[in-house]
Amino acid sequence: MPVPEIVEGFAGSVNRITLGAAPRRTVTVGGARNVVYGGAASDAGQRPLIAMDVLDVRPDDWPDVLLEPFASVADSPGDWAKQCIQEFGADLVCLKFDGIHPDKGNKDATHAVKVTQAVLKAVDLPLVLWGCGNDEKDNEVMPKVSGAAKGQKCLIGTATEDNYKSLTAIAMADDHCLITEAPLDINIAKQVNILVSDMGFPLERIVTFQVTGALGYGIEYAYSIQERQRLAALGGDKMMAMPAICDVGYESWRCKEAKLADAPGWGDTKDRGPMWEAATAICLLQAGVDIIRMRHPKAVATVRNFIDSIWNGSR
Amino acid sequence: MILIGERINGMFNDVKAAIADKNKKVIQDLAIRQTQAGAAYLDVNVGTAAADQEGAIQWLIEAIQEVCSTPLSLDSQKPAVIAAGLKVINAANGVILNSTPLNKKSDAEVFDKYVAMAQSAGPKANIIALTMDKNGVPQNIDTRVEIAAQIISRAAELGFDTQRLFIDTIVLPVKVPNAQVQPSNMLAAMDQIRFMSDPAPHMTIGLSNLSQGASERPLINRVFLIMAISHGLDSAIVDVCDRELMNGVATAEMLMNKQIYSDSFLKIYAAS
Repeated sequence: MPVPEIVEGFAGSVNRITLGAAPRRTVTVGGARNVVYGGAASDAGQRPLIAMDVLDVRPDDWPDVLLEPFASVADSPGDWAKQCIQEFGADLVCLKFDGIHPDKGNKDATHAVKVTQAVLKAVDLPLVLWGCGNDEKDNEVMPKVSGAAKGQKCLIGTATEDNYKSLTAIAMADDHCLITEAPLDINIAKQVNILVSDMGFPLERIVTFQVTGALGYGIEYAYSIQERQRLAALGGDKMMAMPAICDVGYESWRCKEAKLADAPGWGDTKDRGPMWEAATAICLLQAGVDIIRMRHPKAVATVRNFIDSIWNGSR
Repeated sequence: MILIGERINGMFNDVKAAIADKNKKVIQDLAIRQTQAGAAYLDVNVGTAAADQEGAIQWLIEAIQEVCSTPLSLDSQKPAVIAAGLKVINAANGVILNSTPLNKKSDAEVFDKYVAMAQSAGPKANIIALTMDKNGVPQNIDTRVEIAAQIISRAAELGFDTQRLFIDTIVLPVKVPNAQVQPSNMLAAMDQIRFMSDPAPHMTIGLSNLSQGASERPLINRVFLIMAISHGLDSAIVDVCDRELMNGVATAEMLMNKQIYSDSFLKIYAAS
């Protein structure tokens, strides 16, 4: 009896999504047909992307080490975005509307639209447009932001289980891709995807987001959830086959280990913070995350180097 | 769960009449309804309705393929009828040849014939093989397991991928005298068969035969299907239009951790 030749493979794959629309540049993400490091190089899918954060207002709570590289552009989101792409090699810009939050400046839709237009004008790469997390304010402002970028196929978020209708409808109308959010919970992630697709939003235009845990602050939960999502996608679960985005920049720089200056035994914050951010990002990339939001240029360079060495040739 | 819709079968009066009258509409409606209800394959069985079984199965296949592209399960114990069906089928999406025993008194090579037909029908052609041989349907656990082992090793000898093999441990009507022990025998056999090879063969059953002549037919079918899923069954020929049965499958698959739970798990299972 011949010994059968068995090649392990999966039935499903992660969806491929192209962000951006002509005449702007486009980028494609997703498409993996195996776990990270698993199978043939051709199964690895698209190279993961780094989306660098640009805030709509000068961040007043960033530690000096983090703010310093952006000191000259932090008041001008357009210039900030340009710097991220031209100088630091970001694949995408994530425009985060912190300033519209009722507790952080409570800026209005006119401000948000102006910032969106400025960034769209400054860079030709696709944008991620991310609300402030206050449902009421996001529902008021994000539809205007979406409209200002109509037809540009941005990635807009976030839709949650309790607040998805307004953003989903507007993303559909303005031809954007949508981020669905879950609180480190795979069951809720699936449910939000179902709710959004029930409204007629195409599954092929969704990117999922699990509220990320940084190194030392629950990264093992984030890792195992992202891994389980990847395995579900490979197993053919259409409601779990989306590329994933995670927020490494914000979460890493919240950690006291990343930013505490008065800790002589922990080493210089100049290296420690970026290292914390890079370690968090690289860990999640191995779980199967497709887009990572990042902040510090040094961390971005380290992670880019890692991506180049693992996904070389799959771009 | 790979569910095969059972309704296009000449044993049902509406299908029997439709075959006799060449009434495509009845067949096409059943094909569409079963596809919408979640059938991965549609079983096609001419039953005893037609004198010309080969012509009848071709007519059925052509009628179905006019309205949907759901893969078909060609259901006949006669290799010639299956071969006739394969002449007109579009097997690109997949097909199941349903079914062959290990061997028959009248045809020692029947299994090999089905494998040869599947191999020439393309890479997505599968076979349902019954744990049955020239001595008939086994009444115990061990003979079922033994025949399954012979089927799996014969398939390997013929170069036929185990993952294209569906082992059917044969449902008997529970109401038949002395047959009440068979459902639990089947489950015990499944527990052994699924560890016989890696990757494992699929395991399937023709469910509705279980409740033949009994009262509470749908309940008997639903409960046994769920029990069998917990023993590794991953396919079945069923009434996919029985909503409660489908809900039971969705719940069992979720409880077996085959599907990630979500609050809409029932709805999403029917749609997927």
